[in-house]
Amino acid sequence: MSRIKECFKNLQADGQTALIPYVTAGDPEPWVTVPLLHALVDAGADIIELGVPFSDPMSDGPVIQKACERALKNDVTLDSILDMVKQFREKNNHTPIVLMGYANPLEAMGYEKFAKKAQAVGVDGVLTVDMPPEESDEFLRLMDVNDIDTIFLVAPTTSAQRMQKIAQYAKGFIYYVSIKGVTGAAALEINEVTAKLEEIRKYTSLPVGVGFGIRDGRSAAAVAEVADAVVVGSTLVRCIEEHSNRPQELPAAVASLLAEMRHAINARDLASVSA
Amino acid sequence: MPDIQIDDYFKNYPDELGHFGPYGGRFVGETLMGAIYELEEAYKQYKNDPNFQAEMDKDLADFVGRPSPIYHAENWTKKLGGAQIYLKREDLNHTGAHKVNNTIGQALLAKRMGKTRIIAETGAGQHGVATATVAARLGMECVVYMGAEDVERQAMNVYRMKLLGAEVVPVQSGSKTLKDALNEALRDWVTNVDDTFYIIGTVAGPHPYPAMVRDFQSVIGREARQQMINTTGKLPDTLVACIGGGSNAIGLFYPFIEDESVAMIGVEGAGHGLQTGQHSAPLSAGTPGVLHGNRTYLIQDTAGQITETHSISAGLDYPGVGPEHAWLKDIGRAQYVTVTDTEALDAFHELTRTEGIIPALETSHALAYVSKLAPTMSADQSILINVSGRGDKDMHTVAAMAGLNF
Repeated sequence: MSRIKECFKNLQADGQTALIPYVTAGDPEPWVTVPLLHALVDAGADIIELGVPFSDPMSDGPVIQKACERALKNDVTLDSILDMVKQFREKNNHTPIVLMGYANPLEAMGYEKFAKKAQAVGVDGVLTVDMPPEESDEFLRLMDVNDIDTIFLVAPTTSAQRMQKIAQYAKGFIYYVSIKGVTGAAALEINEVTAKLEEIRKYTSLPVGVGFGIRDGRSAAAVAEVADAVVVGSTLVRCIEEHSNRPQELPAAVASLLAEMRHAINARDLASVSA
Repeated sequence: MPDIQIDDYFKNYPDELGHFGPYGGRFVGETLMGAIYELEEAYKQYKNDPNFQAEMDKDLADFVGRPSPIYHAENWTKKLGGAQIYLKREDLNHTGAHKVNNTIGQALLAKRMGKTRIIAETGAGQHGVATATVAARLGMECVVYMGAEDVERQAMNVYRMKLLGAEVVPVQSGSKTLKDALNEALRDWVTNVDDTFYIIGTVAGPHPYPAMVRDFQSVIGREARQQMINTTGKLPDTLVACIGGGSNAIGLFYPFIEDESVAMIGVEGAGHGLQTGQHSAPLSAGTPGVLHGNRTYLIQDTAGQITETHSISAGLDYPGVGPEHAWLKDIGRAQYVTVTDTEALDAFHELTRTEGIIPALETSHALAYVSKLAPTMSADQSILINVSGRGDKDMHTVAAMAGLNF
């Protein structure tokens, strides 16, 4: 069983919602990433989305754009990110890692070479924001034979017909983008999210995570009410930015922010179990 | 080299999913997929709608001033002493370049789709001006994204856009040039996807943009093909056009693609020279990859990060190129060459002094290549150059090179 599948199975058995933090690999400095990932796990992360920086992140808002710029200034590459995952796995063999980013760095390495290396170092899934199912045939085949889950996005603008198609292609979980916009842009509308998740679940039995627009314990708990996983990115990356000139303090600071969300989600999960 | 039947080209490219061989396609975030399908449907519907075509033809005639003439550059022909040189005068269009052919088409489409807000990216400002112009005429809200560095370089065009009622947003991210303006326009579109139409200025972006912009710009080649037959009694031997994203080049080339006797040459910006790394020539010195919604040749490093480009001409200063050019290169139907900043500047002065036509710096790249090519051809052969725009916008740049400041 894949690490992602096992993770959701265990959480669901306990009536818990998954918490998925996103951080950009190599931001603000490459050495910070592995200790940061361990700190996130200690603070309650169930799965980690590790961002692969790209020079032209067209689906991201200014917070993650700047994170990409900081990482690229340090010459972070897909190769060096795979090394980070390898290092992380020396101490952690259970937390799933999903690489999230854009198609071009994967194209540059070559899909096959990437899939083999990723599997070898312990990557569990990949989410390529600018590669819709229409362009994915070869990519999906290669990820599949190397046991890498392919995670796809569903957006507020996704039609029922497309949802069905995406559900066929998706593995691991489905990531619902809660707002029309870029990462970190606006607050989500929980009623709209609830309605859309109901629709998505008509087409898939995979867990559904929600991201974009989750900023604090309160919004995390509200999303946990309806989703199988809560994804939080820009809020953490903003904290990384604030600590970029004192990176030693950074893992603890980001972890405490995540812990606050973990507590809020746990309180909600507990209330719903006892209710 | 892929072996394909050129006489089936029009039928086969792009395919249903917008592919030109391995290039093109639709590489955008899920939020935009609905919008690009909606656009594709609308475009398919109106492309063959006689009312839409009639409205567009009327605008191209009365508002833009089409057909643009072809001009036999006799002085320059004589001076170079080889092939007869003809100029397709897109510089005479309203707003001063070929860009308006496309903005008219897309704006009319936007109106029919019920969109109330138009956004665009611009490099040199020509596409921004052409978009602001049609938006003003159709009474639509218009926002133009422009790299902060280009806002500085092209102050005159920024002011023109503002006069026309557009909001110009300087983009501070990345290299602060055209590619970053495109990123920012895509971010706007994803946020305002319900009421907004994104008018892309070149044959790039996700399908259907490369095919749609090509179709709107093909009026250049259709007119020119007939004009050459009328004037010289035959097809030209060689077509030459400059290439940034490649919209003026594809506009000229496309109607000639199945005429295998006609050679087609695209001229990219070699900037300070290909060997310096400071250029904007993805077809000549780049590698395939995915950027801004399509797969094409890109200027990138080995890790797949897009690297900075340079060209004296802001309109060529872009790390990608339309996917159809990538395919025409691979199948050998078109050739792609480069010209440096200095060579382009020399050609700019040359045409200005010999023919009394001040060309855009983008166009000057095509001219510079012709000054090398024409003498190698005979007097009974002909070269047709697309004069994609006029040079008024470049006065500051050219004057600064001569040490002058207005």
